Amino acid sequence: MTRPPRLIPALLALVACLFAASLLVGPAGIPPGRGLMALLTGQGGAEVLVMREIRLPRAILGLAIGAALGLAGAAMQGFLRNPLAEPGLIGTSAAAALGAVLAIHSGLYAGFALALPLMALAGAGLSVGVILALAGPRGTALSLILAGIAVSSLAGALTSLVLNLAPNPYAASEIVFWMMGSLADRSMLHVALALPFLAAGAALIGTTGRGLDALTLGEDAAASLGISLTRLRLKLVLGVAALVGASVAVAGAVGFVGLVAPHLMRGAVGARPSRLLPAAALTGAAILLAADIATRVVAPERDLKLGVLTALVGAPFFLHLVRRMAREA
Amino acid sequence: MAPLIGRSMSACAAASDLRPSGAALARKAAAALAVVLAVVLALAPAAARPDSVTETPAGSRAETPAVAPARVVSMNLCTDQLALLLADPAQIVSLSWMASDPSASVMADRAAAYPANRGRAEEIYLLRPDLVLASTFSSPATLSMLARLGLHVETYPPGATMGELRAAITAMGAALGHPQRAAELLAAFDARLAALTTPPPARRPRAALYAENSYASGARTLEGQVLEAAGFDNIATAHGLDFGGRMPLEVLVMSAPEVVITETGRPGARAARAQAVLSHPALAALRRADVVAHRDWICATPAVLDAIAALTDLRRRMESE
Amino acid sequence: MLLTLENFTVTRGPCPVVEGVSLAIAPGECVGLIGPNGAGKTSLLRGALGLLPASGHSSLAAMPPSARARAAAWLPQSREIAWGISVAHLVRLGRIPHQGRGLDDAGAVERALARMGLTAFRDRAATRLSGGEQARALIARALAQEAPLLLADEPIAGLDPAAQIATMRVFASLAAEGGAVVAALHDLGLAARHCTRLIVLARGRPVADGAPRAVLTPGLLGAVFGIRAYLEETAEGLVFQPLDTLEPQG
Repeated sequence: MTRPPRLIPALLALVACLFAASLLVGPAGIPPGRGLMALLTGQGGAEVLVMREIRLPRAILGLAIGAALGLAGAAMQGFLRNPLAEPGLIGTSAAAALGAVLAIHSGLYAGFALALPLMALAGAGLSVGVILALAGPRGTALSLILAGIAVSSLAGALTSLVLNLAPNPYAASEIVFWMMGSLADRSMLHVALALPFLAAGAALIGTTGRGLDALTLGEDAAASLGISLTRLRLKLVLGVAALVGASVAVAGAVGFVGLVAPHLMRGAVGARPSRLLPAAALTGAAILLAADIATRVVAPERDLKLGVLTALVGAPFFLHLVRRMAREA
Repeated sequence: MAPLIGRSMSACAAASDLRPSGAALARKAAAALAVVLAVVLALAPAAARPDSVTETPAGSRAETPAVAPARVVSMNLCTDQLALLLADPAQIVSLSWMASDPSASVMADRAAAYPANRGRAEEIYLLRPDLVLASTFSSPATLSMLARLGLHVETYPPGATMGELRAAITAMGAALGHPQRAAELLAAFDARLAALTTPPPARRPRAALYAENSYASGARTLEGQVLEAAGFDNIATAHGLDFGGRMPLEVLVMSAPEVVITETGRPGARAARAQAVLSHPALAALRRADVVAHRDWICATPAVLDAIAALTDLRRRMESE
Repeated sequence: MLLTLENFTVTRGPCPVVEGVSLAIAPGECVGLIGPNGAGKTSLLRGALGLLPASGHSSLAAMPPSARARAAAWLPQSREIAWGISVAHLVRLGRIPHQGRGLDDAGAVERALARMGLTAFRDRAATRLSGGEQARALIARALAQEAPLLLADEPIAGLDPAAQIATMRVFASLAAEGGAVVAALHDLGLAARHCTRLIVLARGRPVADGAPRAVLTPGLLGAVFGIRAYLEETAEGLVFQPLDTLEPQG
């Protein structure tokens, strides 16, 4: 049992490096030394503005949202006892995007900024509820994925419908944003909007470790170990809704992080769901920070969407998981 | 019959193993989806405004008619406005629906007097026009359908330069049978442009044309031409953006333009996620000028002179500071 | 008493599957709960634990969940191990009800592993074990809970003969140490040899309750199970062997 204690510090170091890289890489090409000076001392005019108001919120959001998606994925997989559960694949992100789009285009957001994360949270919560009702822990991987496809395409279609009906000259680009996600030009306002919800969601999910461990044995055995499944389910729905809702509200729907992060770490933590939570969160943060750095390095002027990169890595990975499950079945 | 207490399968024994059937689940799911759909439709903004113009260059020009056309239909916001300036009011049968939108059209009041069309081939055909005015960017499928139906269609480029604007005025004047009116309009245009651009700027301040989705307009756009005519240098040029493109906010900030020019009154933009970048705190540190109305430079019409006047005014104020 | 049921009824859908059961389980008892398929054995056990809605009184279902988890361990029939955690970690899940109480969790895990002969498997991934080994690991998990009462639903189904006998011995020794075990069983031979008491359930009702020798009468076997059997008290203990069905199955 010496691996996990070393694992977490190693992941923390990796995330710290990527966080620093995220601060130092950008289309403006500020030399790293001067950028750091500007960030820490506040001396240097436009560089201070770039470092503190543009890159810092972007790096914070990359870290926090990546961690949120990794954590949400690990929690959902643990609860559903299914390695294919992922906020993007089972429609949670799409439903959160629908909530966010409704908040913006109904004008609610303009008058009341919190409406954005709250509506996204409501969308995410509703979809998690529907998924649990249709393909709960007793459901097969197949019913989970099919229910997810239905929720995902319905939410996606409704998002497009709202954007098309709204008098919005940017409908096409916004649909892409909500489907693929981006951290470009986000501000501290978005950090302030998302962080409280992300923290609350993480705190809630953090208390589910023991219950998720017990669920390894099935619902009945878990209940006989004193775990309240009703409470566990409620915590999970609220926690995942807060994590995914707040993430999607400010960064759009970034797929596959919640699938890949838990899977990468499962072996390293001995497959225990409770140990997987922090490891998957840190891995998710590392993945999203790396993907966001890549969008800036690969095509800095093109606003390459985050979800494009995570899907390029994640989708083949998903196919690999499906193939392996088919072989084991 | 063996009287076996435990073996005969009663209805109750079977019922104990019952689980919700697939059909029952499907009914529940359908009910849930119906609720979601109803909520969304109730919340969705009611206004339905599909885009009528797609970006595909097309456009041959047909022969100018010998007689002035009696029934003219315009299906594009920009040709709508030129037609209002050049045609006899009785010549016009219908204008596009955007022409009467005051946020997009400088002649919304006058356009409101005419029936609106949505640029669809069948409605235009049923208006029995003898001249259809369209943009070279109008839907190629619609344009070719109208041509197949035997209608006379004239297309005009959207006009990204003063030269294209002048050419469009001359061409449309001829097509409508009013070349003299077109010449007078051009003469007035030239006179006011000359008045606006004298004296030439003592110094050309560096400006950015910045819009939703971090979009910066370049020199080879109508806005870019207006900016240049008003005596500014466009920072997009230094970044290789001739037509325009995404300029990350940090690039804009590091370019340190003396002024960031954003347009006002773009329809629907207020409620869009795309405009978030315009309220980014980093942008607040730069000088910002919202002095040009969207409708003044969305189309190449003489209204661009108002945009040039507004920006020239801005430049003179900056010079005097 | 470790468990008392009074007029206990479990209803699923419109029909009662366990009806009017009253019984008490005392320390020292190793109880075999027997009856044909669909007799309500599983429903009785799950209902008694509060896992199914029921009417009447169950001393366990009346407890708060955390206290119940320390009073009774439950070994469900379905042998679920969702993730490839190590056998030691799997067994340690049985200690969840005791976490934070300063008890010797590691010792309890070691005792349970040793009892089920799994010490050598402790670091193996549980999902990589054979079906029988997984079943033993799950029994060890229930043992690690160290609750006075163990309720087990067909714990020995699918085990090899040696493991079946060893498991029944473990149950008997738990009872001998002052605990109690209630196990739903289909192997009447093992039940007869290792249990101190048999409770026979038929169509949701208890039809016989007592020492194996007294319960397993030809009349009851015929009426409840539809079989006839050889039953003899030998020097090796009670020997039970089903011989034939009473009526050819059609």
